[in-house]
Amino acid sequence: MTAIAEATRRPLATGKRAERSLRSLAFTLLLMLCLLVGLLALLILLIDVVRDGAGRLDGSFVNSLDSRFPDRAGIKPALIGTLWLMLFVAVFSFPLGVGAAVYLEEFAPKNRLTRFIEVNVANLAAVPSVIYGLLGLAVFVRFMHMGRSILAGALTLVLLILPVIIVAGREAVRAVPPSIREGALAVGATQWQAVRDQTLPAAMPGILTGVILGLSRAIGEAAPLITLGALTYVNFVPGPLDRFSAMPILIFNWISRPQAGYHRAAAAGIILLLGVLMLMNAVAVFMRNRYEKRW
Amino acid sequence: MATTSLRLHRRRTGERVIKGALLACGVVSVATTVGIILSLAFETVEFFRAVPILDFLTGTRWAPTFSPSSFGVLPLVAATLVIAGIAVAVATPLGLGAAIYLSEYARPKTRKIIKPTLEVLAGIPTVVFGYFGLLFVTPELIQPLVPGTQVFNALAAGIVVGIAIIPVVASISEDAMRAVPRSLREAAYGMGATKRTVATKVVVPAALSGIAAAVILALSRAVGETMIVTIMAGGQPNLTADVRQGMQTMTAYIVQASLGDTPQTSIAYKTIFALGSTLFVMTLTLNIISTSIVRRFRERYE
Repeated sequence: MTAIAEATRRPLATGKRAERSLRSLAFTLLLMLCLLVGLLALLILLIDVVRDGAGRLDGSFVNSLDSRFPDRAGIKPALIGTLWLMLFVAVFSFPLGVGAAVYLEEFAPKNRLTRFIEVNVANLAAVPSVIYGLLGLAVFVRFMHMGRSILAGALTLVLLILPVIIVAGREAVRAVPPSIREGALAVGATQWQAVRDQTLPAAMPGILTGVILGLSRAIGEAAPLITLGALTYVNFVPGPLDRFSAMPILIFNWISRPQAGYHRAAAAGIILLLGVLMLMNAVAVFMRNRYEKRW
Repeated sequence: MATTSLRLHRRRTGERVIKGALLACGVVSVATTVGIILSLAFETVEFFRAVPILDFLTGTRWAPTFSPSSFGVLPLVAATLVIAGIAVAVATPLGLGAAIYLSEYARPKTRKIIKPTLEVLAGIPTVVFGYFGLLFVTPELIQPLVPGTQVFNALAAGIVVGIAIIPVVASISEDAMRAVPRSLREAAYGMGATKRTVATKVVVPAALSGIAAAVILALSRAVGETMIVTIMAGGQPNLTADVRQGMQTMTAYIVQASLGDTPQTSIAYKTIFALGSTLFVMTLTLNIISTSIVRRFRERYE
């Protein structure tokens, strides 16, 4: 019976089936194409930047001030500005982010305030970065009288990346199995001692990965810093309370100038910026693979 | 006995101090939100004392530094929506296609390599996209293909913003697709469905709420995108539907105004806060819609 059904069906179906599989193939190819566009854009972007800027990237570029002559323009003041920013951002965001993550995971009672903080962190992550710039301008620059200094810029970036660090920190803390903590509590440790001596060390690789990801977001941000009044042209090496520029801002400035020579300088700056970013991400991946424990 | 209880007591106080300090860290995020709202609101109210709110919201001419000045925000809002619209139109099919491929077709090994590579795209600073867009995409791709395109234009800006937000669409909708239980796929296979049918008729519909949330979040990201549009779309407020022309978005105006040294008392200073408020309300609305879609329409499987 089935054999007959099979025999009568098959010749009729082949054409359709072939068409069907052809369509499936076309569909698969279409999906791959979608993926490829993104990857290809990334590849072309990198090639374009390296082609334009590799020739300009040398010791004197890193070590010179900006210049009226495009071929002599260097990135030093902006590089130092960025390094200062990153130093401050790391110093402030690490304890704040870890503190908030530990509080939410280990100490927070299940009440309204906790839920409010959680929703709040999620919403902050989606606020456009220019708005953080306005916040920094109103609060740090004006209200707290920090001026348009590196410190004000760094604090603004801290608030910007805090959600990233908190989310990653919470995940890292949550990944430590309860047995570890319970063991510590069972031998008489207080809640804080259990966190300090057991949970935090075990979660540290994950936490640091989150901090590095946050920093790599901060290092590329231009919009909030421009908004709070960072300079696009700086020809001195800034200290923490000085007005300043940063790499992405100077790159933006060079892009906006008409001369092709500045565009090459911008490309060289971009290579440097992407290089630093890649290094940071490599460190994050390395730490995650090397130190992350599987329980 | 007395000493232990004393030690315990001291420990408890220390414990409480630490707990308070940790709570304070958590509260910083709340303070940030309050700070954003207060600082935006304060200057915005000042702004509306000088400029009638109706003129701001319905005016079609944006010329804050001209005299007579005019503060009609519509050209900036229109530019923002046009560019964000193009970006989402680019990022949605590409991100969705990539997500279907990664979730349904790719072998685990391939996925493990490709997914992080795609996410590199999300980590590229936006000035870098701006460079690439202004000096490569516009002159090498868009201007030859679309005659009459200006150096600063909305089309290329929208496309590049779209590429930048592909990872947002792709990774959130892929998460949603992977959360669709296997039993649903297997039931479809059991009825003789092909892989394509399973992907398009089972997985995508089941993950639709997650996909919609991803697209709305991407839209919100595109609306708030700043450096790409500042670099690529130019600094001229321009109320037009012709995407080959330059137009200025809200974010681009904020940057342009901040580049000049704006004295605190000037109307220009208050203007950027008024625009910031508008932007904040727009993105916040989109984010709330996005999260409520996930919460309300999420299919629950056991």
